[in-house]
Amino acid sequence: MSPIKSLEDLKRVREEALEKRRVKANSGEIQIIVGMGTTGIAAGARETMKAILDTIEKDSLTGIIVTQTGGFGLDANEPIIQVIVGDQPKVTYGKVTAEVARQIMKEHVVGGKVVQEYVIQA
Amino acid sequence: MKAVRSMVLVSSDPQSMNQGAQLVFDRLQQELKAFGLESEISLSMVGDVGRHDAVPMVIVYPEAVIYGPVKPDDVHFLVEEHLYKGRLATSLQAPAKELTGRIAWLSARRGTLPAEQRVLLRRVGVIDPNSIEEYIVHDGYAALGKALTEMTPEQVIAEIEKSGLRGRGGAGFPTGTKWKFVSKAAGARKYVIMNADESEPGTFKDRLLLEGDPHSLIEALIIAGYAVGAQEAYIYVRGEYMLAQERLRTAIQQAHEMGFLGENIFGTNFSYDIHIHSGAGAYICGEETALIESIEGKRGEPRPRPPYPTTNGLWNKPTLVNNVETLANIPPILHNGAAWYRTLGTPSSPGTKVYTILGNVNATGLIEVPMGITLREVIAIYGKGMRNGATFKMAQTGGSSGSIIPASLQDTPMDFDSFNKAGVSLGSGALLICDDNNCVVDLAKVLLNFFREESCGKCNPCRIGNQRGFQILSNIAEGVAVLKDLDDLELLAENLYQLSNCGLGQTAGAPIKDVLKYFRAEVEAHIRLKVCPSGVCPMSGKKYHI
Ligand SMILES: Cc1cc2nc3c(=O)[nH]c(=O)nc-3n(C[C@H](O)[C@H](O)[C@H](O)COP(=O)(O)O)c2cc1C
Repeated sequence: MSPIKSLEDLKRVREEALEKRRVKANSGEIQIIVGMGTTGIAAGARETMKAILDTIEKDSLTGIIVTQTGGFGLDANEPIIQVIVGDQPKVTYGKVTAEVARQIMKEHVVGGKVVQEYVIQA
Repeated sequence: MKAVRSMVLVSSDPQSMNQGAQLVFDRLQQELKAFGLESEISLSMVGDVGRHDAVPMVIVYPEAVIYGPVKPDDVHFLVEEHLYKGRLATSLQAPAKELTGRIAWLSARRGTLPAEQRVLLRRVGVIDPNSIEEYIVHDGYAALGKALTEMTPEQVIAEIEKSGLRGRGGAGFPTGTKWKFVSKAAGARKYVIMNADESEPGTFKDRLLLEGDPHSLIEALIIAGYAVGAQEAYIYVRGEYMLAQERLRTAIQQAHEMGFLGENIFGTNFSYDIHIHSGAGAYICGEETALIESIEGKRGEPRPRPPYPTTNGLWNKPTLVNNVETLANIPPILHNGAAWYRTLGTPSSPGTKVYTILGNVNATGLIEVPMGITLREVIAIYGKGMRNGATFKMAQTGGSSGSIIPASLQDTPMDFDSFNKAGVSLGSGALLICDDNNCVVDLAKVLLNFFREESCGKCNPCRIGNQRGFQILSNIAEGVAVLKDLDDLELLAENLYQLSNCGLGQTAGAPIKDVLKYFRAEVEAHIRLKVCPSGVCPMSGKKYHI
């Protein structure tokens, strides 16, 4: 990207990024966000992340974007992940061990059914 | 965490418990569920509410209606009428009586419940911290653009002054005033330092910001540099925060690529760069002058003040030192204006505050709430009540600058002035919540042990005073202290405050003072009766030697 030299440049970059997102949302793509702050990682978020990526690879799933974010501030519930399917509201899960992650992948991401047992208020 | 529309408190002092408070609580839980209200209404046992004429009492906020005595069979009606249909269940109201001190302030706020308000944390846990693009989508760097292209440095400082922002590093110094000092200081070379040492025990609010939204801090540092006339900034980040350092490094690099750092930022004459300096694990290096020494490559020991860093800081040049959370406030203030900022919090302490909640509550973690919320609210709403329904005894507000807050102050608004008036301090933003299974002597001992270990040893009052304080507290805990030791402790606390060279020693006496002021009977029990009322202290009869 070329350097930003004015407010107009900034606005343009923002619009472009927003447009990319809109396209993403409309394509029905699935986004999985893993909380990767120190607390999340200490509680096992790396294993959770790995389980998610493994499942995607093993089952050759497509149309899924896995990203990371900082801590959510809900430390008692770490590791935490969020699942966003297309333009549906995001679902936040707590205490997502690798095993739970695999269950969420199977039932929610692939099967389309929210795993109520691990849903938390964010 | 979700905002609740109502808060229901059940008194659980011994008298209330005898009269069936637990049953009332259980029934409330069932009924809230039955009416499908459990996610909108918080329910908690709150110990003694300061009134015993009609127990058990049920208090419903925000209306501050007091019901009592409430029997388990009344609960269905109460929930249906008041919480479901929204009418007062007048037949159950307690006889009218003036509320006294402890719960009066809550009702004085007239019908508003503090919701968690995320201003500083609004992107944390939402965006990918390694993506500058996502930051920009969420209004990132807009405040910087506005400051650089539409405002003079003086206007930026004036806006920060107008906002009433006060430092979140512990002392609450007005941020705008500090910026003005640095901008007015003589000399062409100036520095900005972000204090990310965060070594106060139990505090990790800055870490969440650093890890979750690094670009907001980079943006704030650039704005600060523009405002005070600096060319370079340092981030002093504690060594253990490896993840934070990694994310900051990525953010700085991305900011360079986008032209937010380097030469002629936003096409102006302003050029700026940011360096990262890692600490090596000394608590004292969070003190601003020790921190500066450390960046200069010397041993981290505080300098005498004055002169202050605002005139003689890094490399003896005028230097602005601000805390991470303080700086995180800057972009939203410039983006939305000082007037908007003043709608948050209280008149004397505008804005929000990030707290870490730890200890004997059901939900630990991190919250951002408006200034002026009370401890009772924090525990009931965000801590989801005391664990196992225990009684709240005291809270420790974190770090050297913190206080031990007794339950009697749990309705004092948590803002700089109200806490000052009450003689306690907000500290670094950690709230260690203790129930009555904790011993105050033990807590003070842990704190003094920390200061004793972390004293840099440069000045005698702090080096020896903390040793001696720890020794006396240990002897109290072992059941071998005498009453005169308490006079010694009192004098020691005063001497630490008066004679120490820097804030470490000066505030190390604070927990001792709080203990003697609010918990004297409990301490004396250790000495006179040789018992620890909470059953925590060893009381072995062994004398402690330094
Ligand atoms: C012993 C000691 C430790 C301190 N540790 C920190 C710290 O870890 N982080 C911090 O921001 N301020 C710390 N401070 C306060 C700093 O000296 C300084 O006041 C603060 O960084 C100013 O920032 P503010 O005006 O934004 O609050 C400490 C002070 C003392 C006396």
